[in-house]
Amino acid sequence: MTSKQRKAQHVIIKGTKDGLTFLLDDHCSLDALKNELKEKLSERPDTSSGAQGPVKVKLDIGHRYLDSVQVEDFKNLFSEEMNVIIEEIASDVLTKVEAEEMKRNNQITRIVKMVRSGQVLDLKGDLLLIGDVNPGATVKATGNIYILGRLRGVAHAGYEGNDSAIICASNMTPSQLRISSIIRRPPEHAEEDEEKQEDMECAYVNEDKEMILDKLQKLSNIRPNLSMKLE
Amino acid sequence: MGEAIVVTSGKGGVGKTTTTANIGTALALTGKKVCLVDTDIGLRNLDVVMGLENRIIYDLVDVIEGNCRLQQALIKDKRFDCLYLLPAAQTKDKSAVEPDQMKILVDELKQDYDYILIDCPAGIEQGYKNAVAGADQAIVVTTPEISSVRDADRIIGLLEKEENVASPKLVINRIRSHMMKNGESMDVEEIVSILAIDLLGIVVDDDDVIKSSNNGEPVALDPKCKASIAYRNISRRINGETVPLMSLEDQSSVFKKVKKFLGIRG
Repeated sequence: MTSKQRKAQHVIIKGTKDGLTFLLDDHCSLDALKNELKEKLSERPDTSSGAQGPVKVKLDIGHRYLDSVQVEDFKNLFSEEMNVIIEEIASDVLTKVEAEEMKRNNQITRIVKMVRSGQVLDLKGDLLLIGDVNPGATVKATGNIYILGRLRGVAHAGYEGNDSAIICASNMTPSQLRISSIIRRPPEHAEEDEEKQEDMECAYVNEDKEMILDKLQKLSNIRPNLSMKLE
Repeated sequence: MGEAIVVTSGKGGVGKTTTTANIGTALALTGKKVCLVDTDIGLRNLDVVMGLENRIIYDLVDVIEGNCRLQQALIKDKRFDCLYLLPAAQTKDKSAVEPDQMKILVDELKQDYDYILIDCPAGIEQGYKNAVAGADQAIVVTTPEISSVRDADRIIGLLEKEENVASPKLVINRIRSHMMKNGESMDVEEIVSILAIDLLGIVVDDDDVIKSSNNGEPVALDPKCKASIAYRNISRRINGETVPLMSLEDQSSVFKKVKKFLGIRG
């Protein structure tokens, strides 16, 4: 009985077009898993001398949670035996902290206030501001920024490096716009083209990493995924 | 139980002290019992503008430190029996007073006076914190200059965080009507749209204001001067009266302005 259990497969290796996927059982102990993995890896022919370069590996650990130390352990285990890159560790479970972080990054925060000079509004996810952003004030969000009011200060969307973030405002007369790491200032001689439309505009970054200002109505073409799916 | 109103602006030189002196005088003219408190410790001016400098014996810091009683430090105005001044100390600095001590002091004054007007120093540091500590209301003074409006916006943001202070009211000072008419300076509407607070009054720039300040006679005492009427209107609004906004142009268009103020178009 005991010998049979030891023989049970904790590690299943699948070859795919993009590399190898290791399916790791989530019911056995971590040590048993490691031992079997070590065994399996050492059985494999030595690929490190191969000309193809490192093998891409994906780990699927099911309902097991690995903390950063354990992840490092696994990486060492692989690098000792094979020339691999662990591309992804897929787990079906999340810690509460990660789940909350994820929720924050995907939610729209609704704020009703005037953001005045010297004030900074900084939040995760999308911002829906009902009120003005005055000169000297800053609004920052990791997602998109929607302003029902005048944007006269600085707005920074996608500030953790999300180039696809957008900034919308009922009245767009900012002192500076930032999306991810791209910055745009209004032209120095704004007075000269008084005709320029400033109402109902949005800012986005195109493929050439340039920030473009356009009418709000164009947004459905520019960012079709922005819209939520209706049931 | 009186009401404590702090007069502040963020930026210096926009007319906080002049505004405090004149609103105080105008309120006293209506018979209210008023106490002016100068919190600009180290740079006191309010006593000079009121012409009471040579009557100072004790000051705000003396009261706080317990060197004298509050009543001993209060100076009665030359012109009104219902107007008093608590001067700032000139030899100390802002750190001589803590916000909690100011609050106790202002609360004590509120027992005896209808209005306590607190003249706030420029800036947003200790002096500002002291001035705001005891206030129930706030008047933000600005001029039609972009830097002054920017600082007013900053100060409004800070005032909104103060739980004891009601939402601030705006006074636009030093308006040069010809510049505003020609679009060379920001107009009243634009300033109000940026700051988004209630407008308490507008005061035109007038040589008489400086002249009378230099003489230690607040301009609000002169019934003919336009700035004086503006200050009197402000004091009536503080008293709860509805007074239309003063016209910046000539007589002919008063009606138009009033209509504009009331939001009637066409």
